[in-house]
Amino acid sequence: MNDYKGQTLAWRLSEGVVELTLDRPPANEIGLAMLEDLERLAAALPALESKASALIVHSNQKAGFSAGADLRQLYEGAQKLDARAAAKGVREFLERIHAVLNRLDVSPLTTIAAVHGVCFGGGFELALACDLIIADKMARFCFPELRLGLIPGFGGIPRLKRDIGNGVVRDLLLTGRSINATKGLAVGLVSQVAAEGEALRAARATAAQTTKFDRATAAAAKKFIKLLPAEELRQEIDIFCELFTRPAVMEGLRKFVENAGPHPYLP
Amino acid sequence: MKTIEQTTDEVLDLAATHFKVAREDLQPGDDFYKKLGIDSLQALELLTRLENHFNVELPDYEVQGVSDFQTLASRIQARL
Repeated sequence: MNDYKGQTLAWRLSEGVVELTLDRPPANEIGLAMLEDLERLAAALPALESKASALIVHSNQKAGFSAGADLRQLYEGAQKLDARAAAKGVREFLERIHAVLNRLDVSPLTTIAAVHGVCFGGGFELALACDLIIADKMARFCFPELRLGLIPGFGGIPRLKRDIGNGVVRDLLLTGRSINATKGLAVGLVSQVAAEGEALRAARATAAQTTKFDRATAAAAKKFIKLLPAEELRQEIDIFCELFTRPAVMEGLRKFVENAGPHPYLP
Repeated sequence: MKTIEQTTDEVLDLAATHFKVAREDLQPGDDFYKKLGIDSLQALELLTRLENHFNVELPDYEVQGVSDFQTLASRIQARL
């Protein structure tokens, strides 16, 4: 399937590059619908990998790359279930999103996240599964999960730890603060900073460069240098699920969902 | 080193330019959420523009609860 248009995203293969466009208003929140579309991508990857060199992930939403997990859906879904069933549902969701992101992570394609605006929580974790992050000057990265009584659950900590120094990981995780693209570049999270609105153009130029190389060589290089932190990813799911059963989490989610003030995205 | 007055002026100039509000309508004590008509995502955009303009880092928690230009400028001043 060279082209696909789903409820929340679309992809298109052209000239050796797959462009995956996230397009779920208002800010590409990752809920069940996007998970299902991402699973379709994962299923299509073997065929795409036989024809392409690179894959670009970007957003068609003005707000940014992705604001993260769909917390409203998570809260409302959990409210309808008893604690045990809610925890089971969360674990199932995490297992599925991990399977998708792990598959993207190890794809032999050179994967590039072209980021603008908010890149928070689960959205940040999607970007971290990619090989390169190319961000425009207005991009912002954040793990706000601690304010909900949680840790990032889509593989964020092990992947961030794989890429940058543990001190910066602790700063981002334990303060929940957001950083801009320039800071991201300085700490080694972002590989290129583009002018405002130019991240996709820069990502396309980078992807075009990858089409010049032998695919098998590029895939071997990636396999050598980018290892999947499988054990830590498993641990993360367990820690998240353990934390999720605490009453403080539901209270944090309720506050976020019911927050009508101007600060819901500020940790 | 900029004075706090210079920093405040630059904050007001930047806010007026990017959020398309007449500069003369903005005062240091104004609530920027109300005056600029911005939501939380746009507040993050303002934060990023200010960081880029002044070449500083402004941790979110230092500006949480801040809603007027003058206080925002003082937070920036402390990072210059």
